[in-house]
Amino acid sequence: MNSLLATALPFVTEGPSEVSSVTNDASWFLENAWIIPLLPAVSFLLILFFGKRMPKKGAEFGIAAVGIAFVLAVLTGFSWLDHRDNFDGPLAESPSVTADDGHHDDDADHSDDADHSDDADHSDEADHSDEEALGVAVIDQDGTSSSDTVVLTVEAEGEGGGEHAYVAVQKSTQWLQSGGIEFNAGILVDGLSVMMLFVVTLISLLVHIYSTDYVSGDRRYTHYFAFLSLFTASMLFFVLSDNILQMIVGWELVGVCSFALIGHWWEEKPNSDAALKAFLTNRVGDVGLLVGMITLFFAAGGGQTFDTLAINNAINQGTVGHTALVVAAAALMAAVMSKSGQFILHTWLPDAMAGPTPVSALIHAATMVVAGIYMVARLYPVFFEGMQIGGSSINLLSTVGAITLVFAGLLAFVQTDIKKVLAYSTVSQLGYMAMALGVGAWTAAVFHLFTHAFFKANLFLGSGSVAHAVHSFDMKKSMGGMKKFMPRTYITFIIGSIALAGLPPLAGFWSKDEILVGTGGWGLFGGTGGNGAYTFHLLMGMVGAALTAAYMTRCIYLTFHGEYRGNDAHDDDHAHADDDDAHAHHGDPHESGPRILWPLYILSGFSILVGFLNLPKGLTGVPDSWQLRFEHFIEPAGASYFPAIAHGAPSWSLAIVSTAIALAGIGGAYWYYFVKVDGLAKQTGQHLTELPNGFVTTNKLARTGHKVLVEKYYLDHLYTGVIAGFTKGPLARATYWVNQNIIDGFINTTGETAVKVGRGVYDKIDQGVIEGVVNGSGKVSDATGEELRHINTGKVQNYAAILFAGAAVLAGAFIIALAL
Amino acid sequence: MLLNQFLLLAAALFCIGVYGVLVRKNAILVLMSVELILNAVNINLVAFGSLTDDVGGEVFALFTIAVAAAEVGIGLAIVLLMYRNRRSIDLSEADLMKG
Repeated sequence: MNSLLATALPFVTEGPSEVSSVTNDASWFLENAWIIPLLPAVSFLLILFFGKRMPKKGAEFGIAAVGIAFVLAVLTGFSWLDHRDNFDGPLAESPSVTADDGHHDDDADHSDDADHSDDADHSDEADHSDEEALGVAVIDQDGTSSSDTVVLTVEAEGEGGGEHAYVAVQKSTQWLQSGGIEFNAGILVDGLSVMMLFVVTLISLLVHIYSTDYVSGDRRYTHYFAFLSLFTASMLFFVLSDNILQMIVGWELVGVCSFALIGHWWEEKPNSDAALKAFLTNRVGDVGLLVGMITLFFAAGGGQTFDTLAINNAINQGTVGHTALVVAAAALMAAVMSKSGQFILHTWLPDAMAGPTPVSALIHAATMVVAGIYMVARLYPVFFEGMQIGGSSINLLSTVGAITLVFAGLLAFVQTDIKKVLAYSTVSQLGYMAMALGVGAWTAAVFHLFTHAFFKANLFLGSGSVAHAVHSFDMKKSMGGMKKFMPRTYITFIIGSIALAGLPPLAGFWSKDEILVGTGGWGLFGGTGGNGAYTFHLLMGMVGAALTAAYMTRCIYLTFHGEYRGNDAHDDDHAHADDDDAHAHHGDPHESGPRILWPLYILSGFSILVGFLNLPKGLTGVPDSWQLRFEHFIEPAGASYFPAIAHGAPSWSLAIVSTAIALAGIGGAYWYYFVKVDGLAKQTGQHLTELPNGFVTTNKLARTGHKVLVEKYYLDHLYTGVIAGFTKGPLARATYWVNQNIIDGFINTTGETAVKVGRGVYDKIDQGVIEGVVNGSGKVSDATGEELRHINTGKVQNYAAILFAGAAVLAGAFIIALAL
Repeated sequence: MLLNQFLLLAAALFCIGVYGVLVRKNAILVLMSVELILNAVNINLVAFGSLTDDVGGEVFALFTIAVAAAEVGIGLAIVLLMYRNRRSIDLSEADLMKG
C-alpha cells in the first residue's frame, strides 16, 4: 500500500476536451447536462434585451427556458438511474485514484455496505461487476479525439459483489492555463447533482408560473423575470461544478441574484437595507470560503488542481495533513454559516423576506440557502476527516447545526410576520441538515434537503397566496379565519405544515427520522450504529421536532383560524405593488387564481410523496427494491471520492418517540391557541392572538425570555450596535489620533527633512558646482570670441589672402608629402 | 614639347591674378584679376589636354570660359549695386561684416 500511496498523488489532470463531443460511456443526457444551466442563462439575456417588447413582458422566455431545463433535468435523472445500475463501461486509468486506501479496511461499517449491496441485487441483472471491483478512477477515453469522459470512482461495494460501482460522470474543458496550472470548466454529474438539478428546475419552473400572477403589474416585472432566470442559471451552474473554483463563481452568482431580488422593491428603505444585509453578511462567510478553498487547493490539490473529485480522492487516501483539513473545514464552516443561515450568521435570512414571496420560496427556502449544505456534501471528505466525524460524539459542524435548529425554532414563536415564521423555520431545518452532515448522516442530510425544498416552497408560496389576498404578511393584524376564504390554499398549507412537522407518512417524517437515526444517539434502546454517539444532537433534534410542530400549529391558527382581523384598522404596509383586481380588499379576501394554486397543488403532492423515495431498510410489507432507493441512487457509497460512512439502522422505537414528540408539540400549541385563545375570543367577542395574561405577562422569567426572542438574541444589536458601533466610535477615534499624531508626525518630519536637504543641495551643488560649470563654459567662449573677432575684418581681400595662404600651405604640404 | 613654357606662362598669369585680387582696391580690377586666374587655369587645361592627346582638356577650358562669363555678369551686377548704394567701388571701404 505504501508504494501505491507514493504514486497516488491525487491530481486528476484531464487533458483539454470538447464538451460537445459524445462518447459511448455515459448517455447523452449525462454528458450534456451543461445545457441545463445554459438555457436559463440564454433566457436571461433574451429577457434583458427583448423582454420589454414581448407580449408577456419577458416571462415567456423564462418559463420556456426553465420548462425545457426541467424536462432535460428529468431525462438526465432517468439516465442517471440507468447509469447507476447498469454502467459497466471502462473506468479511467490514472495514478490519481487507487482504491486500496487504508480507510476501507479499518472501518467497521463494511457489513453495512455489504448489506446495501445485497438489497440492490434485484435491480441489476448482470452480475459482471466483479471485474470492476478494482479500484479505480479516471479514464481518458479515446485519446485520439479531443474528448474525454472522466469517469470516476469506483470499487464495487464491499466483498459482496453483485453491485455496480458508483461511477460519476465528469466532463471538463480547459478554460485557461496559467503558471502551469490548468483552470478547467466542467460538469460533474452524479446522484447529488442530478437531484439538485431536479429540485432547482422544478421549483424554479413553479415559481416562474406563480410569479406571473403574483407580481403581475409590477413596475419592474421584466427585470424580476430576468433575475429569476439568472438565478436559476447560476444555481444550476453551481451544482454542476466539477471544480472548487467554479463552485466559488456559482456561489457568488447566486449571492448577487439573491441581493438583487431581495432588493426588488428597493424604493423602500427596509428592503434595500435587507438586501445589503444579506449581501454583507454573506461577504463575511465568503472570506471563509476563499480561505478554505485556497487551503484545499494547496493542501489537497497539491497546488495543481482545483478538481473537486481529485481533492476528495486525495483526502480519502490520507495523503493530506490533518491540520490543513481542520483549517479548511473550519474556514468553509464560516461560508456554510453565512450562506445556509447557521446560527450566528443567520440574521440576514429572516430579513431577506423583504423580497417578493416567490423569491423567498425559490431562493431563501429551497435552493440558494442549501448551497452551503450542498457544498459540505460535495466536499464531504474535507469535513469527515477534518472534523473527525466518525467515531466521535461532538464536532463543530454538528453542534452549530444543533444549536441553529433549536434557537431558530424558538425565534419562530414570536414572529408576527408569516414569512418570518417560515424563514426561521427554514433556518431551523437548515440546522437539521448541517447537524446531519456533522454526525455523518450524509444521505439523511441530502434527503432532508430534497424533501424540505418541496414542503418549504409549498409553505412559502401558500403564505404568498394568503398575502396576495390580504395585502399584508402580518398574521396578527391582517389574517385570521382565512380558512373560509381560501380553502384550497388552506389545504395545501396544512399538507406542507404536516410534512414540515414530521408526521408520518408525509415527506418530512422520513427525512427527519433518518437524521435522528443517523445521530447514532439512540443507544438507550439498542443503539443504531451511526458514525458516532451523538446523543446531545439527538436530543436537540427531538426538541427541534417539538418546536417545529408547535410553531407551525401557531402559524396555522393565527393565519387560517379564528376570526378575520383584516378589517380592523387595516394597516396596509404591504410592500408589493400589484394593482390588479385583487386590490379590492375592502370586501373579504378571496381565493387566488389558478397560476398560484397549481404550483401549490403540485408541491403539496411532492410533499406527500417524496418521503417514500427513501423508505428505511427492513420495513415489513415493502419490497426490498423499494427501500433506500434515494440512498442507492444518490449516495456515492464506495466511490473513491466519498468517505466510508456508516449508516444507522432504523429503529421503530425512535420513529414512534419522534412522532410522539411532534404530536406533543402540536398538542401543546393546539391546546393554547385552538382551545384557550379561541375559546376566550369567542367568549369575549374580541380578536385575540394570545392570552391576555399568559406566562409572558405574569412570569418574570418568561417575560425576559420572550424579550430575548423578540430581540432575536440581540444579535443585530451585537452587529450594528457593538461591532459597527465600536468601529464607528472608539476605534475610529483611536485610529484618527494615531493618524494625526504618529503617522502624520512621521510624515511631517520626513517632509521637513526633505525640504532642508533640498535647500542645501540647491545652494551648494546646484548653484555652486553645476551653475559654475555652465557659466564657466560660457565665459570661455566669450573670451575666445573676443580675441578671434579681430581676424574678422569684413574686408574681402583679407579673407582672400587667408584663403590663398591656406592653399599655399596645403600645396606646400602636398609637395613635401610627394617628395617624401 | 612646349609644355614647360605653357605652364610657366600660366603660373605667371596666376600670380599676377592673385596679386591683383589681393592688392587692388578697385572692384573692377579685382574682377579682371579673377579672369586672369581663370585663364591661367584654362592654359593649363589646354596644355595638359594636348599633351595627353585628350580632348577633355579643351572641353573643360570651354566650360570654364562659359562659367567665367556668367561669373563676370554677376560680379559686375554686384559692383554696380555697390556703386549705387555707396557712390564708390573701393573694396577697402566695404567692411560692414567687420567683427
